[in-house]
Amino acid sequence: MTTTPLLPVPHVPPARATRPTLAVWKFASCDGCQLTLLNCEDELMALAGAVRIAYFPEATRAVVDGPYDLSLVEGSVTTPEEVERIGQIRAMSRHLVTIGACATTGGIQALRNFADVAEFRSVVYAHPEYLSTLDRSTPISAHVTVDFELRGCPVDKNQLLEVLAAYLQRRRPRIPTYSVCVECKRRGAVCVTVAHGTPCLGPVTQAGCGALCPAFARGCYGCFGPQDSPNTSALADRLLAAGMAPDEVMRVYRTFNAASEPFRRESERHEGEVSS
Amino acid sequence: MDRHAQVIDVDGLQLLIEVLASRGYTVMGPTVRDGAVVVAPVAGVADLPRGLRDEQDAAHYRLVPRDDDAFFGHAAAVQGAKPVLFPADQLLWRARRSEDGFRLDASDDDDAAPVALLGARSCDLAAVDIHDEVLLRRRFSDAHYAQRRAGTFVVAVTCGDPAGTCFCASTGTGPRPGAGFDLLLTELLEPVHRFLVEVGSVRGAEVLAEVPAAPAGPGDLAAADDVVVRATGRMGRVLETEGLRDVLYAAAESPHWDDVASRCLACTSCTLVCPTCFCTSVEDVADLTGDVAERHRVWDSCFSKDFAYIHGGSLRGETRSRYRQWITHKLAAWQDQFGMLGCVGCGRCITWCPAAIDITAEAAALRAATPLVTTGEGARR
Amino acid sequence: MTSVLEGRPSAPPDPMRPVPYRVERLRQETRDTWTLELEPVGGAPLRYRAGQFTMLDAFGVGEVPISISGDPTRPGPLEHTIRDVGAVTHALVSAREGEVLGVRGPFGTTWDVTDGQGGDVVLVAGGIGLAPLRPALLELLAHRDRYGRVVLLYGARTPEDILFGEELRTWARDLGVAVDVTVDNGQHAWRGKVGLVTQLVPRAGFDARHTLALVCGPEVMMRYVAQALVDRGVPADRVRLSMERSMKCGIGLCGHCQLRELFVCVDGPVLSYDRLAPLLTCREL
Repeated sequence: MTTTPLLPVPHVPPARATRPTLAVWKFASCDGCQLTLLNCEDELMALAGAVRIAYFPEATRAVVDGPYDLSLVEGSVTTPEEVERIGQIRAMSRHLVTIGACATTGGIQALRNFADVAEFRSVVYAHPEYLSTLDRSTPISAHVTVDFELRGCPVDKNQLLEVLAAYLQRRRPRIPTYSVCVECKRRGAVCVTVAHGTPCLGPVTQAGCGALCPAFARGCYGCFGPQDSPNTSALADRLLAAGMAPDEVMRVYRTFNAASEPFRRESERHEGEVSS
Repeated sequence: MDRHAQVIDVDGLQLLIEVLASRGYTVMGPTVRDGAVVVAPVAGVADLPRGLRDEQDAAHYRLVPRDDDAFFGHAAAVQGAKPVLFPADQLLWRARRSEDGFRLDASDDDDAAPVALLGARSCDLAAVDIHDEVLLRRRFSDAHYAQRRAGTFVVAVTCGDPAGTCFCASTGTGPRPGAGFDLLLTELLEPVHRFLVEVGSVRGAEVLAEVPAAPAGPGDLAAADDVVVRATGRMGRVLETEGLRDVLYAAAESPHWDDVASRCLACTSCTLVCPTCFCTSVEDVADLTGDVAERHRVWDSCFSKDFAYIHGGSLRGETRSRYRQWITHKLAAWQDQFGMLGCVGCGRCITWCPAAIDITAEAAALRAATPLVTTGEGARR
Repeated sequence: MTSVLEGRPSAPPDPMRPVPYRVERLRQETRDTWTLELEPVGGAPLRYRAGQFTMLDAFGVGEVPISISGDPTRPGPLEHTIRDVGAVTHALVSAREGEVLGVRGPFGTTWDVTDGQGGDVVLVAGGIGLAPLRPALLELLAHRDRYGRVVLLYGARTPEDILFGEELRTWARDLGVAVDVTVDNGQHAWRGKVGLVTQLVPRAGFDARHTLALVCGPEVMMRYVAQALVDRGVPADRVRLSMERSMKCGIGLCGHCQLRELFVCVDGPVLSYDRLAPLLTCREL
C-alpha cells in the first residue's frame, strides 16, 4: 500500500462548519502511544479547542458516530477480526495516520513473524483452539492506505503535536527521516559508542526522540525504526568487530521494529551465524 | 626573539578567568563531561581537565590520566568553537498571524553575554577564521554569527600533546596559533607549572594587565618553542595536500566511492563535529493553532538524504555521492570557493565517526587510485 | 571597569527575514500552475533582473526559491508562476487574494539578455521552465529592434500543460518571435508537434555562431538541449542554463545548492554551459 500526502485540493475551502472530528483507534499494542497523546497536558486544551474528540476510549466514553476527519491508529494487525476492522475504520476516515512502531512496522509482537505461531500458541495457552490469531503481525499500511506514518516506541509528544498541527493547518508534517546522530550532535551529547564503547543503533535509526538514550549515556535501541539511508550491515560489522556475538547482533535488530525491512533483513543475516 | 611575552602561574590563570568573568564574558573552556573533554562554562581552574590526556583514534576516544598536572594536556575537544559561535539551533525570526497575513516580531538582538573562549586550539582558531570567511566576508553575511563573533574574546593555547587523529601540521593550521587570539598561552610544566602568555590584541593586553605577570625569560621562550617542535613531531595522522584538489576532481567517477559507501553509515556525525562544516537548514515550527510561527536555522549535513532534495527526489540518493560531496567540498571545492582548504586537521571526523572512516586514509586511497589527467591525453583511469 | 556588554554592535539587517507582500491576484495558468501577483506591503516595488529568483514564504509552512516570471522592464506587480508540487508550493498557490506572503530577494545571476544584442537569441524551455524565461523574452521584446531573430522553442508534457498560451500566440503573431511548440503526449485533438524539445533545435532558424541561447527546464532536458545547441555551432559560453537545486537561504550560506565549487544560488541560477558541462555529466554530483 502506498501513503499519500495530507494535502487538500487548492482553492477548495474545507467544507465543515464545526471543528474537525478526531478518532483514536487501538489495535494490537500497549496503549503507550495513546498515552503520549494524553500526556500532552499543556496542549490538550488547545487541541480540544481545535478538534472534536469523537472516539477515544482511553480518554472518554463519549462516542460520536463516523465518518471522522482524522483517525489516529495505534497497534498492529494480528487477528482476522482486526483485518476487517481496519478496513471499516479506513472507510470512515478522511485521513488516517498511524502512530507508533506497532502500527507502522508491526511492533515487538512481530517477533512472531520469525517463529512458528502455532507452537507458541500450544505452549502458552491451555486451550489454543479458542484463539484466533494470524501468524504474522503486520503494520496498518499492509492492509489499507495510510496518509502518514509516525514512528516511535512510543511516539514522541512533539512529533505527534506536529502531525496534528500539520493536519489542522492542511500542510505536510515536518518529520525528519535522518539519523538519531543528528539530534545527538545538535544537543551536544557525547557519542556513547566512540567515548564509552557502548553499542548504539543511533546511526541507523530515524531521529525523533531527541537522542534521549544517548543523552543519558545509553545506546540507542532503535525505537524509531530505520533512518532513510540505513547501512545496517556496516553497523553490524562494527558491532561484531567490537566483540558482540552474532546472535546478539541479530537481537539488537530484532526489537520494536523487528519487521521493518532493513532491520528484518539484517537480523536474518545473523541468524544461525556462529561467533568466530 | 622579542615577543613581549610574559609568564603567569596557576594562580594567574585562575585570576585571568575571573578577570574575564568580571568584564562580562561567559568563559567557555575545556571541562570533562560524560568521559570526554567538552567546551562549557568554566568558573576557575578547578573546572579544567587537569592531569588528563585523550587517547584518540578512528572511532575511539578515551580519557586517560597523565603523569603530570597539565590543564591543557588534551587535544581537540568533542567540539571546537562551532557550538558557541554558530549554535546548532538559532531562532531566525518569530511571527504572528494577523488579520491580513502575518507580522514578524521585532528582531531581538542577541543579548546573551559575549563569550571568552579559553583554551582554544590552533585548529579551532583556523576553523573560526574559515567561518569568518564563509559567513562574514562574502556578499551576504550571517547576521547572528556576526553578532556573536564580534564580541568574542579568545584565549588560545599552544597544543602540546596532539592526539592520534591530529594532522594540523599537514594542513598548516597548527599546532601553534599564528593569529586570531587576544591572548596565547603555552603551558610549561618544568621546573614549575607556569604559562607563557603572548598578547595578540589591545584588549588582550588590557586583560593581561590585571593579572600579576613576570616578563618571560629566554628559558621560558625556548621551552615554549620546544613545546611546538615536539607537538609537530607527534601528529597521529598525515594528509598529503599537494595537488589534492585536482586528485579529488579527477576522482569523481572513482569506484572507490562504493568502497567508502559500504562502510559509511550516512549518520552525519563527521559533518556535525567538523569545526568548519557550515551547512544549515531551516526548520519551521508552528503551534497547534497555526497563529505563531518560528523559523530556526539548524545544523544540517550533506550526508542526509533530504539535503539535496528537489521536487522528484534527492539529487544525492546514494551514500557514495554524499561522501564524495563531503570530502570533495572539504578538500577541493573549498579551495575554489574560498581560496583555502576546508579542513584544519583537528581529526574530529576520524575520532567521532562510529564507522572509523578516516579522511586522511580515504584521501590517500583516492590519490593512489586516481592518476591525474595529463594535458592532451584526456581522462585516464 | 568597562563591561564588554557596552558598545556591542547592533545586529545588521538580516537577509533571512522575509518582507511582507500582499497577493493582489492569482491567475490559474494550467491545471497545476498558478501565477501570483504580489505587491509590497508598504515598501517600494522590488527591482530585479530577468533570471533572478526570490525566496517565497507561506506563513507557517515554509519557504522555497521561485524564479520571477514578470516583466522586468516595466513597473507592476511582482509575478511568480508556480507549479503545485510540494507542501510550500501548494500553500503558495492556495493563498487567497489579500493574503500576505513573505519575500526575500531578488537573488542570483541574470540571463543578461543585452549580451545577445546584434545577434540572434534562442530561448529553449521545458515545462515550467518557460516561467523563468518569460522575463528574458519580455526584455528582448522591449527592445526588439536591437536583436536579430528571436526564437522560442518550448516543450510541454501535454497540450493542457502549455503555459502562457495566449501570450505565445501574441509573441508569434505580432511581436516577431519564431515560436515552435512540441508536447510529449498529444491527444487526437492536438495538431502540433509531438516529441522532445531537443528535436526542435537542429531545424530552428538562427545563425548559430552569432546566437545567445537561454535554456530552462528539467536538468536532463537542459543537458541535451545545450549539447544540441553546441553541436549546431553555438559557442558553449553563449549557452546559458538556469539551474535548480535545493536552497534554504538563497544567499550562499546554507550550502544546500552546491554543485562542486558552485553555489547555485549566488553563482547561478543562470550559468554558462562551458562552466556547467563537466559538472552535468557526473551522476549525483
